[in-house]
Amino acid sequence: MRTKSSVKSTLENYLFILPAVAIFAIFYIYPFYETFNLGLRAWDGVSPVKEFVGLSNFKELFLYDQFWWPSMWHAGYITLIALTLQNALALSLALACDRAIRLGKFYRLVFFIPPVLSEVVVGLVWKWIFEPNYGLLNHWLVVLGLDQLVRSWLSSPQTALTCVAIIHSWKGFGWGFIILLAGLQTIDRQLYEAARVDGANSWQRFWHVTIPLMIPVFVLVSILTILGTMQAFVLVLTMTGGSPSLGCSVPVTRILGSMRASLRFGYACAQGIIFGIILLIVSFIQIRVSRKMKQA
Amino acid sequence: MRNLYYILIVSIIVGMWGCSQGPTTKADVIIWHWMTDRKPAFNDLAKKYKEETGVSVEFKLFAPSEIYSQKVRAATQAGTLPDIFGVLGEKKDFAIFVKAGHILNLSDEMQANNGEWKDRFFSKALIVNEFKRGNEYNAPPGIYGVPIDVMNIQMLYNKDLFKKAGLDPENPPDDFEEFIAAGIKLKEVGIQGLVSGWAEVWMIDCLASNFAFNLMGERKIMSTYKGEVPYTDPDWIRVFSLFKEMADKDILARGIVSMNNKDAEQNFANQRAAFAFNGSWCVNVYKGMNPDLNYDVMFVPKVDRGNQMLIWGGAGSSFMVNARSENKEKAVEFLKWLTGGPQQAYLAEATNNLPANRESLSQISPILSKFAQSMEYTTHPNIWPVHEKSQVIETFDLGIQSIILGTKTPQQVAQEVRQVKEREMDKERQRTLSRN
Amino acid sequence: MMNKSSLIYRSRRFMGGFGVNLFLLIVTAACIFPLLWMFGSSLKTQTTVFSDMSVIPKELHWENYYHAWTEGNFGTYFLNSVIYTISVVIGIVLVSSLAAYAFSRLQFPGRNFFFYMFLAAMMIPLPGAFVPLYVLMEKIGLRNTPHGYVLCLINVGLSLSIFLLKTFFDKMPKDLEDAARIDGCSKLGIWWNVALPLARPALAVIVIFNSLNVWNEYILALILFDEAKYMPLQVGLSTFHGEFVTQYHLLMSGITITIIPIILVYIFMQKHIVKGLTAGAVVG
Repeated sequence: MRTKSSVKSTLENYLFILPAVAIFAIFYIYPFYETFNLGLRAWDGVSPVKEFVGLSNFKELFLYDQFWWPSMWHAGYITLIALTLQNALALSLALACDRAIRLGKFYRLVFFIPPVLSEVVVGLVWKWIFEPNYGLLNHWLVVLGLDQLVRSWLSSPQTALTCVAIIHSWKGFGWGFIILLAGLQTIDRQLYEAARVDGANSWQRFWHVTIPLMIPVFVLVSILTILGTMQAFVLVLTMTGGSPSLGCSVPVTRILGSMRASLRFGYACAQGIIFGIILLIVSFIQIRVSRKMKQA
Repeated sequence: MRNLYYILIVSIIVGMWGCSQGPTTKADVIIWHWMTDRKPAFNDLAKKYKEETGVSVEFKLFAPSEIYSQKVRAATQAGTLPDIFGVLGEKKDFAIFVKAGHILNLSDEMQANNGEWKDRFFSKALIVNEFKRGNEYNAPPGIYGVPIDVMNIQMLYNKDLFKKAGLDPENPPDDFEEFIAAGIKLKEVGIQGLVSGWAEVWMIDCLASNFAFNLMGERKIMSTYKGEVPYTDPDWIRVFSLFKEMADKDILARGIVSMNNKDAEQNFANQRAAFAFNGSWCVNVYKGMNPDLNYDVMFVPKVDRGNQMLIWGGAGSSFMVNARSENKEKAVEFLKWLTGGPQQAYLAEATNNLPANRESLSQISPILSKFAQSMEYTTHPNIWPVHEKSQVIETFDLGIQSIILGTKTPQQVAQEVRQVKEREMDKERQRTLSRN
Repeated sequence: MMNKSSLIYRSRRFMGGFGVNLFLLIVTAACIFPLLWMFGSSLKTQTTVFSDMSVIPKELHWENYYHAWTEGNFGTYFLNSVIYTISVVIGIVLVSSLAAYAFSRLQFPGRNFFFYMFLAAMMIPLPGAFVPLYVLMEKIGLRNTPHGYVLCLINVGLSLSIFLLKTFFDKMPKDLEDAARIDGCSKLGIWWNVALPLARPALAVIVIFNSLNVWNEYILALILFDEAKYMPLQVGLSTFHGEFVTQYHLLMSGITITIIPIILVYIFMQKHIVKGLTAGAVVG
């Protein structure tokens, strides 16, 4: 009797994930299988013959592709800036808006403008700001007497990637902001009150109440930041053309390049798989570490 | 719980909405294209064709072109290609479609009535769509595409800025030395020299190829692609050095390496640079951005008196007929009509492109007809007998970017390209060995 | 003594407030500037977009909005996009919150496996996925139908939404659910009446995130649809953004039109992010 009802209960539990798993099974698993399959083949994208080449796509990626690993590092660099700069900005703004500040509603609206803006507009505006001859940035540097800083920001290997990273952080912080704000808002206000009664100052309240409760949200935001940034490419393309010689290539531009110009679908799939596995490893390490932190 | 049922009902109603739209009447000939700027002109022509012949034609636009090519590729796998479509990309992409049997061979139609259809076109426009006997891709010989316009890529210069720098606006530089000298003069009065979309590396490839044809001629270039001449040959180093000279003399627009072609066009249209390296499509672009722009076309400056310099050009866009379509005959008839004199003249006028039909040139603007005059000096990778490996091309183009940025020397780049070339040759040798 | 310390206190408070406000002001300026530029450009002409650098031009070409609306065929596309966005968002919210609730609260074998499966799907990009997806949709008869498109988009947003919601469910107190269970509420009832209202801020984030994604989607639409009557709004925008010619003034008017609904969604939803706690308290 008891086992019967527990079986029924377990089946009931499966019903909760059934719709998600069904959609996933129909629309994801077949394309996923095909991608893996193609990673082992040389295919041009059209012809009926898909020649099996074993691991040679992977071999080329690891041994010969002189542009792949640098592009991985470039994306990693942008991600590092996004994780620190973008998330610090997002957190400080979320903390500010979590309290009842003046114009709070207004700020909440304004901080969400960059994520909503089309990449076309972002590209045009920031290119104008960074333009070497008549751009706003160089203009202001001259006005402020900092002539030696004037340069072609987006077309010198020293600054291009950092500029892209800053624009990316600017465009992305709004997401971190609303997720963190949602996280802060689900913290029970009574906990703050209790801490206040115990004589904790605002810093102690932040450190002992807010931070521990927010760790899962921090993990969420940082994983989403890593994913969003590692896979970002539109901005890189519109701002700099994504050239390796500028130090601005990223994995996704490389994958698209293999698919388009050189028509190497199989190789593109192999690149996608390796890229995905690296992202998976990074994310799992993060989840593990955060669990340890929670237990500690 | 009631809200939940509410939502379910709403979603069912929304779901029904899709079903309620009845079946649409299908046109006789369906065409998939990617040419946003030609959409209104195409629709007008389809209307006119319906009036003249009673056959309905529908143009369907799928832009941007990268997604269009994905769609066409996906449609080959599901067997859902339309009656007429275009294949974007290099000749080898085209060959893949031909070999897979997706494209109708039009040779007989072209040759019929003493080649009446074939003779309408610029010969260069048709070569691109043709596979000769014994071609390197092993595609069955034949003509597989119908060009609807032609293009070529040349230099443009701003006459007003020339005047400002004391240069003769009717006498643009003819060779590379004069070009550099003009650039320096312009620089002295604070005007930038050459602007072009060199973040899109194929445009670098194009200019480098122009120089290479001029310096060493087609045969030596093809020998290099076959692996018989190394990229460290003095002639190739000279090609690389020309870019270094332009960079050193500071006659390239600042930020040229991170500029896409639309940025470059915006700069030239707004008189921020005196020279542009751009294709014939630019006439339409400049007209929209600055109708008063006072500019003209000049041939790419020669670097050597030895060989004829060839510029890139040929068919701009072409249409192909689906070999498995039920409406093949109607599709072919429509393409014949579309490439007829009046229709081509209308297209050229409405979209400021060069017509593929030679007889329709009379009505085009003076600048476009200057572009048309150079059609006989055009070449294109798509019509070369041998092709370079994409990895080598990439190293070559990115190397030139590095030279412009000053991070690599011409010798270094030549060495790098040579290494990649040798590696790719090795790989191919191993592959043929393992296959036999 | 008293006065002096209160003065220091007040001035420090003022300086602190001043610093915070200055910071907020700078960020605000950086966020609003592109919006203003876009709006200003939408009132210029093709020739003045890049030659007239003033933010708001002297001559205001309001007719750009009319041209953008008609030339971009916005009448049809706008309605399509609204329907797609609503259906996909409702679908994702229901499906992902059910699954995330199960992953967070319910026990069943393979729970971790399924959860990590979704997580992995979020990470691995499928560069060649368009081709197999297209073939699959054609085979099951869903290609070139709005239903197929909506289902595909639900799939696209599912993994991330499940991950986000599970994080928030994990973080929420269980007391209310326990109380409801003792009152004899079914699992589905607890999910709907207790868990979802409590997770309102997270749901709001999901609604915003997925609305924006669906609203901006055009690649899948171009690949799957053959008929113009099914296309979403972004396809209308691409009319102005051609291969060679970009009609910047119309593009900017078009983007301005398309951005308004998404800002409205945000304004409506962000209330729930902030009000989350009170809403939860009402249920309790």
